[in-house]
Amino acid sequence: MGTPAPAEAGSVVRVQVPERSVRHDLRVVKIVLHRELIRFWHDKMRIVSTLVQPVLWLLVMGTGLSNLMASGGPSGEIDLKTFIFPGVCAMSVMFTAMFSAGSIVWDREFGFLREMLVAPVSRSAIVVGKCVGGATVATLQGLLIVMLAGLAGVPYDPLLLLEMIGIMFLGAFALTGFGVIMAARIKTMQSFFALMQMAMMPMMFLSGALYPLSGLPTWLSVLTRINPLTYAVDPLRQVVFAHLDVSAELERTFNPGVTWNGWVVPVWLELLIIVALGPILTAVAIWEFRRGD
Amino acid sequence: MRNGEPAVAVDGLVKRFGELEAVRGVELQVAAGEIFGFLGPNGAGKSTTINMLCTLLRPTSGSARVAGHDVVSERDDVRRNIGLVFQDPTLDNYLTGEQNLRFHAELYGVPRALVPERMRQVLEMVGLWDRRGDRVEIYSGGMKRRLEIARGLLHSPRVLFLDEPTVGLDPQTRSSIWDYIRRLKDAEEITIFMTTHYMDEAEFCDRIAIMDQGTIVALDTPEALKAGVGKDRVQIHTDDDGAAIEALRDRFGLEAKVAEGAVTFAVPSGEAFVPRLFAELGVPIRSVSVSRPSLDDVFMSFTGSTIRDAEGSANDWMRMAARGRR
Ligand SMILES: Nc1ncnc2c1ncn2[C@@H]1O[C@H](COP(=O)(O)OP(=O)(O)OP(=O)(O)O)[C@@H](O)[C@H]1O
Ligand SMILES: [Mg+2]
Repeated sequence: MGTPAPAEAGSVVRVQVPERSVRHDLRVVKIVLHRELIRFWHDKMRIVSTLVQPVLWLLVMGTGLSNLMASGGPSGEIDLKTFIFPGVCAMSVMFTAMFSAGSIVWDREFGFLREMLVAPVSRSAIVVGKCVGGATVATLQGLLIVMLAGLAGVPYDPLLLLEMIGIMFLGAFALTGFGVIMAARIKTMQSFFALMQMAMMPMMFLSGALYPLSGLPTWLSVLTRINPLTYAVDPLRQVVFAHLDVSAELERTFNPGVTWNGWVVPVWLELLIIVALGPILTAVAIWEFRRGD
Repeated sequence: MRNGEPAVAVDGLVKRFGELEAVRGVELQVAAGEIFGFLGPNGAGKSTTINMLCTLLRPTSGSARVAGHDVVSERDDVRRNIGLVFQDPTLDNYLTGEQNLRFHAELYGVPRALVPERMRQVLEMVGLWDRRGDRVEIYSGGMKRRLEIARGLLHSPRVLFLDEPTVGLDPQTRSSIWDYIRRLKDAEEITIFMTTHYMDEAEFCDRIAIMDQGTIVALDTPEALKAGVGKDRVQIHTDDDGAAIEALRDRFGLEAKVAEGAVTFAVPSGEAFVPRLFAELGVPIRSVSVSRPSLDDVFMSFTGSTIRDAEGSANDWMRMAARGRR
C-alpha cells in the first residue's frame, strides 16, 4: 500500500459480494418494498391528492344521487353513499397501485433503474419487491378511505376492517402487476399517464363500483364480467353489506352480486380469481423485464 | 484476475444500433491495478463500450472479459465484481445519502455486519459523512457525484468504471474527486476504467486510449503518446497575423492558425527553429513561446481536431443543465 490517506484511519474493510441465494433475493424484495414505503410516506402531497377523488365521489356524487333516489326509487333506510363506498375504496386502491407501478417509468427516466438492473440480483426479486411494495402502499391508501366509513353509514367493525384490508391487498397486488407490465415498455412518464388514463377509466366504469351489475343490457353485462376489477369490487361490497342490517328487497337491488349467465358467482370464486391473477400478472412482468435484459 | 490475468480484456468488440456502428472492433487490455483512461469526442462510442463491459448492453459481436469473467455468459459474476458511476446520475433523490447507500448494500448482499463500517469508510473518503442524513435532492452537483463514487465503491469492486466522473464540475471539485481516485488506488487494490473529456485529467492515467468514431486510434502511456507526436508547439505574437500565416506557408511550408490570440503551429524541435523564424519571416515578431506537445496535440494529431473544438465547452454546460434538472 502507498501512503495512507488521512480519511481512512484503520484498515480498509473489504467486502465480498456473495453468490446469489434465496436469502439475497429476499433482502432485495425487502429493500425495494422499503423504498416504496419511504417514498409513499415522504410524498404527503400524493397521499392527499389521491384522497380527493374518492372523497368527491363519495360525498358529492353519493349525496347528489341520493336525492334522485329519494324522490323515486326504492330508497328506504339505505343511502347511495353506502352503496358506492366499497367501489370508492376499490377505485382509490387502483389509482395508488397504478401510480406505484408507474414509478418504474420514473426510475427509468431518472436513471435509478440502471442502478438496480446492473446489480447481481434476479429480475424477479426486483419485480416482486415492486409489486408487493405497490400493493402495500395502495392498501395503506385504501385504509385511509376505509376510515371514512362513518360518512357513508358503514359501521366501524374491526372484523369488517380486516376483511376489507385483506381484499384490498389482493386486488392491489394484481393491479400493481398489471401496472408494472405496462410500465416495463414505456419510456416517459407522460405516455405512462396517458396509457393509465386509457386503462383505468373503462376499468372503473365497467366494474360495478358505481352502479349495480344486475339488469344491464347484454353488451354492458359482458364487458363488466370480463373486467377483473369487478371481482375485487363485489367481495368488498359483500362484506360491507354483511355488516349492515337491510331488508331482502334492498339487498337484491343494491347488492345483487355478479352473475354468469344467471348463476351467482360465489365470493370465494371471485377471490380465487383475484388471488390467481396476482402471481400470473407478476410472472408476466418478470418475463418482460428478463426479455429486455 | 488471479495470476496476472488482465482486469479487462476486450477482443474485437462491436456494437451496432441499426445502421449505426457505434463501436467497431475495439481491442484492449487493462492490467489489474491500472488507471485506464478513455478519451474521445462526443459520440465516439465510449459510453457504449462501457455499457457493454458492465453487462448492460449485449455486444453485436466480439467478446470481453471483466475481472476474469465473460460479460455475456457470466454476467452475474461480472456484476458482482464491478462498481459503476454512469455518465448520467442514477441516485434516488427522494432518499438520503445514507439510504441510497443502504439500498445499494442490500442490492449487492453486503454482509449486514460489515455495512455500517464500510458505509462510514466510503462516505468519509468522499467527505460526505456529515451530510449522510440529508436528502440527495438538496445535494450540490459535486456532492451527488461524490456520493455516486462512494456508492460504486461500497461493495469493494475489483474494477471501477467511471463514465465522465467530473463533467460539469468546478475545478476544485474535480481535483478533489481526483484525490479520491488516486487514494483509492492505494487503499483498495482496484482497477479504474474511466472516460474523460479533460486533457489534464487524462495525464493522471497510467495509460490512455483515444477513441474516435468507434475505434481506438491510439493507446499508450500519456508520455509515450506525447513523445510520439514529435513536434513542439510554437506560438508567436505579431503585428500582422494574416501576413505571418501567409509567410509561414510560403517560406517554411507550415500550416499555422490563430489559437488563443496567437499564431500557432507545430514543428519538430521548436527551439532550434526560432532563430530561423526571426531571420526569415519578414513580419515583425513581438513575442514567441515554444512548448512540448500536450495531450491536446496528441488528440489533434490522431483525430484531426482539438478536443475543445470537438466538444465545445458550451456542451458541458448543456449537459450540466440537463443534470441539474434531475
Ligand atoms: N441506445 C442507442 N440507440 C441508438 N444509438 C445509440 C444508442 N446509444 C448510443 N447510440 C449512438 O452511438 C454513438 C456512440 O454513443 P456513446 O454514448 O457511446 O458516445 P460517447 O463516446 O460516450 O459520447 P459522449 O462523450 O457524448 O458521452 C452515438 O452516435 C450515439 O448516438
Ligand atoms: Mg458518454
